[in-house]
Amino acid sequence: MGHFLSPEPRRTRRSARLFGALGGALGALAIAAVPAFACGGLIGPNGAVNLVNTTTLAAYHDGIEHYVTSFEFAGGGGQFGSLVPLPGVPTDVVRGGDWTLQRLVRETSPVLDQAFRVNAEAASSQGAEILLEVRIDALDITVLRGGSNEVGQWATDHGFRLPPDAPEVLDFYADRSPIFLAAVFDADAAAERGQAIGDGTPVHITIPTDNPWVPLRILALGKSAAERVEADVYLLTDRAPQMLPAPANAANGLFLEYFAPASDLLLDDLRSDAGMGWIPETAFLTKVGIDAAAPQLSFDLAIDASGAGQPSPIRAGLSAGAAAVATTVATFGWPVAVSVALTAAIWFSAWTLGRRRFAQQDLA
Amino acid sequence: MSKATRADGLTVVGFVLVFALGMGLIAADPVASAPATIDIRIRYSQFEPSSVSVPYGRPVTFVLHNDDPIAHEWLVGEVETHRVHRTGTEAHHASRPTEVSLPPLSTIATTVTFEQPVTWSYICHLPGHEAYGMVGSVSAR
Repeated sequence: MGHFLSPEPRRTRRSARLFGALGGALGALAIAAVPAFACGGLIGPNGAVNLVNTTTLAAYHDGIEHYVTSFEFAGGGGQFGSLVPLPGVPTDVVRGGDWTLQRLVRETSPVLDQAFRVNAEAASSQGAEILLEVRIDALDITVLRGGSNEVGQWATDHGFRLPPDAPEVLDFYADRSPIFLAAVFDADAAAERGQAIGDGTPVHITIPTDNPWVPLRILALGKSAAERVEADVYLLTDRAPQMLPAPANAANGLFLEYFAPASDLLLDDLRSDAGMGWIPETAFLTKVGIDAAAPQLSFDLAIDASGAGQPSPIRAGLSAGAAAVATTVATFGWPVAVSVALTAAIWFSAWTLGRRRFAQQDLA
Repeated sequence: MSKATRADGLTVVGFVLVFALGMGLIAADPVASAPATIDIRIRYSQFEPSSVSVPYGRPVTFVLHNDDPIAHEWLVGEVETHRVHRTGTEAHHASRPTEVSLPPLSTIATTVTFEQPVTWSYICHLPGHEAYGMVGSVSAR
């Protein structure tokens, strides 16, 4: 069993899960047992229904990012969907195994193990270039390349009702990687398949990239300042990853909850799932829990598992300067930041005074 | 200093005074000084500018630029007008000059005459947009 790290546990979520489990009803147990679904950009076209995205696995091995996420059917009629920014052009988008994400949850949430078992027993626009179209179960997936205007226009033309913060968020991503995945859940097709509310459709996206990152800011899309974002991100890397921003608990809403070499049992289990033969023989498992106020989540999660220890501030959505400041504040806190600012002010004043004196001497 | 030079100087000073007086008179006349055309841009779901002054009693053309890839509205009116629109079901506005629907990445001009001095709000009433800050004010003076 691995290490559980949670110096500041996300009490709200834990309490909610525990309350659900204690409630005794099968439905409550099922809800409590699944991870907090909140990943991906909820767009909410047609208003009435929500596609609430999921726990995510971002695995990086041999220069390829394997992004496994699950789109949960939330009921309603018509179509509804979600946008997910990607770090590069995917070479493949397929069904993401049958239970990989649930197995990861069980690996890192043993307290909920019994509940998990109960659950398991119970349960074209101008501009945007379409790179890939695929249908997985009742989910229509389109991979797009384009700037924020092109992708936003495409989404609007295809019935997505984008929230008012969408233009800025799309710009945030398109400036770094103009690749987006649009997932549209066909509720009618889901009903025909007998897909019930809460059933997820796992999707495995294969993305060759030199700089893996996980989109986080998109999780806050469409949320008001008072709302919170809750999600779980699993990283499976060749060695212990360096992350930017580093999880700093309540300070940035990222909680490092698991950080240890993945067990052989886990890797064997994952590898035996459908389409998961790519899971490496050895790997390092990290779980980052997200529990943040929506405005707090203004960045993505950049990862460096190369050993160089230099995750890209650009990939994290931070400018180099902003990243440096963020690191300083996160590491030393505001007293150090204030001290640095005061020192700079004093230094500048002294420098200015010195210049004036020299100028006066020259005039004399 | 010669008399001729002094006279030239007085002429220049006089010209400047007359010019300044004329400009002052023009500036004091709201009808003459206010522009007949106002540009309002929408970017990241915000109006820019979020406050404009216009003359009353004469037509004013608002040129509305939606630079966002999502639809917006520009509805200008008094408090009661906005109260109605907050719960309205009219999907598209095109019949009144004070109510404009803006498709993504579009520019639309509309001409409004404020018959009397008023201060009205202009708001986008698409779901969530007003709460996000899509509010501005027009002052007719």
